[in-house]
Amino acid sequence: MNWAGLYTVLSGVNRHSTAIGRIWLSVIFIFRIMVLVVAAESVWGDEKSAFTCNTQQPGCNSVCYDHFFPISHIRLWALQLILVTTPALLVAMHVAYQQHQEKKLLVLTGHGDPKHMEEVKKHKMRISGSLWWTYVCSVVFRLLFEAVFMYIFYMLYPGYQMVRLVKCEAYPCPNTVDCFISRPTEKTIFTVFMLVTSSICIILNMAELVYLVVRACARRGQHSSNPSSGKSSFYGHKLSSEYKQNEINQLLTEQDSSLKDMLRRNPGMQEKGDRCSAC
Amino acid sequence: MDWGTLQAVLGGVNKHSTSIGKIWLTVLFIFRIMILVVAAERVWGDEQHDFVCNTLQPGCKNVCYDHFFPISHIRLWALQLIFVSTPALLVAMHVAYTRHEKKRRFRNGEKIDIEELKNEKVHIRGPLWWTYTSSIFFRIVFEAVFMYVFYYMYDGYQMPRLVKCNASPCPNTVDCFVSRPTEKTTFTIFMLAVSGICMMLNLAELCYLLIKLCMKESRKTT
Repeated sequence: MNWAGLYTVLSGVNRHSTAIGRIWLSVIFIFRIMVLVVAAESVWGDEKSAFTCNTQQPGCNSVCYDHFFPISHIRLWALQLILVTTPALLVAMHVAYQQHQEKKLLVLTGHGDPKHMEEVKKHKMRISGSLWWTYVCSVVFRLLFEAVFMYIFYMLYPGYQMVRLVKCEAYPCPNTVDCFISRPTEKTIFTVFMLVTSSICIILNMAELVYLVVRACARRGQHSSNPSSGKSSFYGHKLSSEYKQNEINQLLTEQDSSLKDMLRRNPGMQEKGDRCSAC
Repeated sequence: MDWGTLQAVLGGVNKHSTSIGKIWLTVLFIFRIMILVVAAERVWGDEQHDFVCNTLQPGCKNVCYDHFFPISHIRLWALQLIFVSTPALLVAMHVAYTRHEKKRRFRNGEKIDIEELKNEKVHIRGPLWWTYTSSIFFRIVFEAVFMYVFYYMYDGYQMPRLVKCNASPCPNTVDCFVSRPTEKTTFTIFMLAVSGICMMLNLAELCYLLIKLCMKESRKTT
């Protein structure tokens, strides 16, 4: 499992994201993960071996390095990227669950052939109802993780700049000893670059949150002014061309309540208006 | 996520490019990215380890290396290649958006064949022309900016054999020797030349698109 594996997993989520979500995913993979792998890792590659202290005292070098770099930038960024990308998996799991429910409904209504099953997999889920809440939670968690890591970076390495020289007096160093860091300017450049892309990702996440909330309120406004309108789900469109509405209702009364709940969530197939998913 | 994944992502964009765009992408992948990965990275691999200063003063070598090489050529080239190849994704996003709109119209009742929709080549006209032209423009700008940054940082593209350093804690002016300067100069000039070729291809593509548009406009008016 490496970054390429994560890319494969998250590309699947891409299909059910908003446009801003897709841009966010591209920025993460190209400007953060890729830069980390092809450039930043080689800059920090010799951070310990080229960390030199002006002393011959054995152990002083190791102790001073450990004191000034409790956790390397590279590892922090790797953790940050993993934690920031994984909330998208919540959405993937929810979509998989909904697809499973739709497949069950198809089998029960007599459309269990492979062609219909394939269509369930391929069609894009609308971000409404409980999926909306899952999606919004995943965006909130992303924002939270980004902010937390930026704060940790600031706490561990105040000011984001890598200095050339640090003065160390930890035991067993005999007195205050000058220690020199390898490639400080290049490290500062990459730290600033990763910070800027982090901020861009935070802005994209906030924009996506605002977009989702505005869209949900707009939909609520549409429903309250015209309760019988609203697009039907993919399956409302498919099934109503072949089955009359009363036949579906009859099937519904015969099945378990979990399937009823699933259909109630799809607008256009029921008599009452859908309740607002957010407001 | 590495150069191979970037190639897979950009390979998809290739389908909607002009012929010059396809040549540009090939030059980018074979003469720049591949050379960077298989050759240049080895040449610069021991850049700090074999950077030797004529002093025993601890820390002097680190400081002098940092002073003369604020950012390594390899990293600058990697950033340049990432920035130069990403405007093509704007085009990919626009094409995906156009296809999504067509699929929506199909779902609303119009008759469009979905399989044909996936395989059909999208013509570069209308708003896609503007997106495509902007992406070429950004490519040219990024290439120029990075070439300038290289020139500004390394005063003329040549790698010297010897640099004289007197940054603290070096006790006085100290001679420091760069590892493999001639090989580095060779690769720097090679990458510069290929960068120049890519810029010319981008300019040619821009001219081609403008001429095609003007011809179409004149055909419409006559």
